[in-house]
Amino acid sequence: MELAFPVIGWRVITPMLLVTGTGFACLLLDLLPPKERKGHVAAVGLLGLALAGLATGLLWGQRETAFREMVALDEFALFFNLLFCVATGLVLLLSHGYIRRQGIEQGEYYILVLFAALGMMLMAAGTDLLIIFLGLELMSLSLYVLAGFFRTRPASNESAMKYFLLGAFATGFFLYGIALIYGATGTTSLPRLAEALARAELGRDPLLFAGLGLLLVGFGFKISSVPFHMWAPDVYEGAPTAITALIATGSKAAAFAALLRVLLGPMRGLQPDWLVLVWILAALTMTLGNVVAIAQSNLKRMLAYSSIAHVGYMLIGVVVGTQLGAAAVLYYLAAYTFMTAGAFGVILLLERRGAEAVQLGDYAGLAARHPLLALLLALFLLSLIGFPPTAGFVGKFYLFSAAIEAGYVGLAILAVLNAVIASYYYLRLIVYMYMREPEGEPVVAALTPAAGLGLAVAVWGTLHLGLAPGPLIGLAQGAVGPFLP
Amino acid sequence: MQYVPILMVFAFAAAVAGLMLLVPRLLGPRRPSPVKLEAFECGKPPLALPEGRFAVKFSVTAIMFIIFDIELMFVFPWVVVYGEFVRAGLGPFAFFAMLFYLAVLMLGLLYDWRKGGLEWE
Repeated sequence: MELAFPVIGWRVITPMLLVTGTGFACLLLDLLPPKERKGHVAAVGLLGLALAGLATGLLWGQRETAFREMVALDEFALFFNLLFCVATGLVLLLSHGYIRRQGIEQGEYYILVLFAALGMMLMAAGTDLLIIFLGLELMSLSLYVLAGFFRTRPASNESAMKYFLLGAFATGFFLYGIALIYGATGTTSLPRLAEALARAELGRDPLLFAGLGLLLVGFGFKISSVPFHMWAPDVYEGAPTAITALIATGSKAAAFAALLRVLLGPMRGLQPDWLVLVWILAALTMTLGNVVAIAQSNLKRMLAYSSIAHVGYMLIGVVVGTQLGAAAVLYYLAAYTFMTAGAFGVILLLERRGAEAVQLGDYAGLAARHPLLALLLALFLLSLIGFPPTAGFVGKFYLFSAAIEAGYVGLAILAVLNAVIASYYYLRLIVYMYMREPEGEPVVAALTPAAGLGLAVAVWGTLHLGLAPGPLIGLAQGAVGPFLP
Repeated sequence: MQYVPILMVFAFAAAVAGLMLLVPRLLGPRRPSPVKLEAFECGKPPLALPEGRFAVKFSVTAIMFIIFDIELMFVFPWVVVYGEFVRAGLGPFAFFAMLFYLAVLMLGLLYDWRKGGLEWE
């Protein structure tokens, strides 16, 4: 046996190592007193995320693979690393006061959020289907537990149970897809897969198409695209609101990262085959999401359907498949992270009669009582509609113009019509806040410094990306460079 | 032809299982009682309505078991090839790599322990 000192590409996974180390440190820190207050665990978590973000910035522009081409260091992974650091950091900031108020402050909460972030990073950096699967599982398992963190509330238990059962099924589909693709091509590595698919004789293997279809089901579940969206409203409603924000932003971004890497990477040659599928998914997802959102009176459910609709918009970028289209998806994910985390961040601060204020009626006349919070929520909602000068507008602009440029005019028209439908239910909430008289018991706001900082970051992101979109879209275009030069 | 050994294993397994069922039936005395006629399921009633809850202690113990189980699964092959590593001059690397791995695992054990996973009450 020939033994050599193994080459370990630590550098490639530096941001992930930092998050792992922070997770372990938080585990140990959690064992020490004080038992009731766990704010310091969150602080260490934030520090670790900041370090990971910094490492990401330092590694920018390098391109390398490690661990036998299983993990890649490229702008694509780095872009998503930054996105996950921001999303998870926002969630940590917003969580702290919230879970203390709800009486569920435990160190495990922050630790699980960190490990979920690690899973997301692994999904975005994985260049082997099994590594992507590993990241997916790490993220999902953490989120299943977090969704049920209100242990004594039936809604939260229902949320975790539904998420877990349906997620387990989706995982099964995903894994079966990997198995079939391995059966057709003899590899799970994305670069090897690309080589195998380039050989003509493999191009029409039904096994491969079945595998790709099953993969799409798995991804479709994680991004909650119609018809795999059924879990989203119930899970979003029952989970702690800060975790709802994480599921809506981070986990979706991670699934999109892996989806883009697989579909626009090795599966690019099969685009004529999956194009129709994704086209239909996009059209169904945005239409159903928006139409059903109109009927919702619970804000968390409404935002769940709205997030389904936004996935529909982002799938347009996948259909288009050009450099601009994929970059627009990345941009939209970043914009969506800021505005959605912000919207949930305002909601989780408000309470009425000792319970979270999530009904539409709770928001009647909010502007009179809490003008600042109402203003912030209105800003995030306007961004979700796609009003200039917010990030949402620029994101939609890039997506739709990419679609038109590539000749998908029908899809673009459908998306614009959908945006009009969507403005109804977002504006309705703004009307409630500003033009209705408050009724019943007053809504109480519990603004803590940490949550304030989180909201400030969200506002900054929403406005900054809307006013000066150039740098980020440039980064996004560089990020998709590895497979769309 | 290369799969014949696998078929032989299957046949052997079927034969052993069949004999285990057949021989007692032929030779053993049959004095059935309701308890004896129940399907055997590790001492638990095999059929029961899923009422009541499982104490979460069981899963904590299971986690503890997994820590040691996984540890052994990696330590055994490591022991087998450790000599080769030493001969190739990579002894310290192999040693400290395993030590690091064990340290990470022990972190889990420490966590479980401090969280009260070792106390049954």
